[in-house]
Amino acid sequence: MSTPAPIAMLAELTHRCPLSCPYCSNPVEMARQEAELDTATWARVFREAADLGVLQLHLSGGEPASRRDLTELVRAAREAGLYTNLITSGIGLTERRLSELNTAGLDHIQLSLQGTNPEMADEIGGYNGGFKRKMQVAAWIGDIGFPLTLNAVLHRRNLHQLPRALEMAEEMGARRIEVATVQFHGWALKNRDALMPTREQAQEATRIVQEARIHLKGRLVIDYVPADYHEDYPKRCMGGWGTSGLNVAPDGIVLPCHAAQSIPHLTFDTVTEASLHDIWYEGAAFNAYRGTDWMAEPCQSCERKTVDFGGCRCQAMAIVGDAAATDPVCVKSPHHAALQTQANTHAAQEDAPLVYRQMPGKLGQPAQ
Amino acid sequence: MESADIPALPRGVRLHRDRVRDTWVLLAPERAITLDIVGHAILSEVDGARSFAEITGALAERFNAPIEQIQKDSAGFLEALRNRRFLDVVS
Repeated sequence: MSTPAPIAMLAELTHRCPLSCPYCSNPVEMARQEAELDTATWARVFREAADLGVLQLHLSGGEPASRRDLTELVRAAREAGLYTNLITSGIGLTERRLSELNTAGLDHIQLSLQGTNPEMADEIGGYNGGFKRKMQVAAWIGDIGFPLTLNAVLHRRNLHQLPRALEMAEEMGARRIEVATVQFHGWALKNRDALMPTREQAQEATRIVQEARIHLKGRLVIDYVPADYHEDYPKRCMGGWGTSGLNVAPDGIVLPCHAAQSIPHLTFDTVTEASLHDIWYEGAAFNAYRGTDWMAEPCQSCERKTVDFGGCRCQAMAIVGDAAATDPVCVKSPHHAALQTQANTHAAQEDAPLVYRQMPGKLGQPAQ
Repeated sequence: MESADIPALPRGVRLHRDRVRDTWVLLAPERAITLDIVGHAILSEVDGARSFAEITGALAERFNAPIEQIQKDSAGFLEALRNRRFLDVVS
């Protein structure tokens, strides 16, 4: 099978963020500010990405608005011919900055939602006044007319707010909402006791999404990421490893997915030492789990092997200790029953405290 | 899709020439849709000013094809985009 060109690139411009969400997808060991790529290097990477076939650029972090050169980066990405999507909490965006981003050609904004009221949102984000600020930013986004996706991040503490999140998306004029149940990678692994939904909550969320898709048809598109510990089949992670997307970390390390550094035996290349083209096609980490040849049983003979590609490599690593194993979410995994029991145990820890993400530069604790 | 309906690509949805794959794509928020010749022809006519009847009339002439078939194909294609919020329709 020949390797297709990538369609999407996630540019993690910085690991800095004013929020400290306990489910942050950033790795536990974060890149310091002084290690971040500069403006000119990012601009070159964007051109290399476009030449490689990338169409969609997701500008993320951390909080991308923490980069003072964000507008220049958007302009460089548009000049390279990329569709630019800003993934933000809204904190750090002013009306003037949004206006500059508009002039620079920003195509779309994905705004995260930590909760549907200040009490919930500010506790989860660990940032007082964050919700109020976000609502102000959402209003400015609407005034300018940016296409908007609301990204509601849900877990045991706030899943009951899903119906209100759907209403808020419509009120903000969003065309789309991502109903994203927390995936347990990076910092989130430390918070499984505090955040794991109950099985009942997961089922209720699925039901609400199914009904909402019917009555909001043509008004609001719903993308749904279910609570996969409670599912029977794993997610089709990254659309297949090294198949459609790549990630560039703040310091220029190129990753097949945002959590790939949790697989200890992989080695990664950086944009300062190799071209994106060579990293995508020849890089050891990208070829490690590309296609289906690496699979063992039960994946190798499974009729779903090109549906979900055996699920998430990082999840297999984190839970089974073998990145080439079947994702334990899968009913065919010998670890499936144990994972479901584990999920129920996490979900029963009612008083578990939130472990907030720390800022880069501080010493990280190893994930449990 | 009614004859007088005016389809339009909303902000954030645009046609793009994919020079690497040598094809036309429709870029939308966090999505890229590969267009075949027919899809590209239809969307090339969508300008936010002309009606569905005018667009399909132009396409029928351009491709020397029966108007009923053009209308059926175009309506199905455009409705699918509309349901994904990739197309606005002004009645």
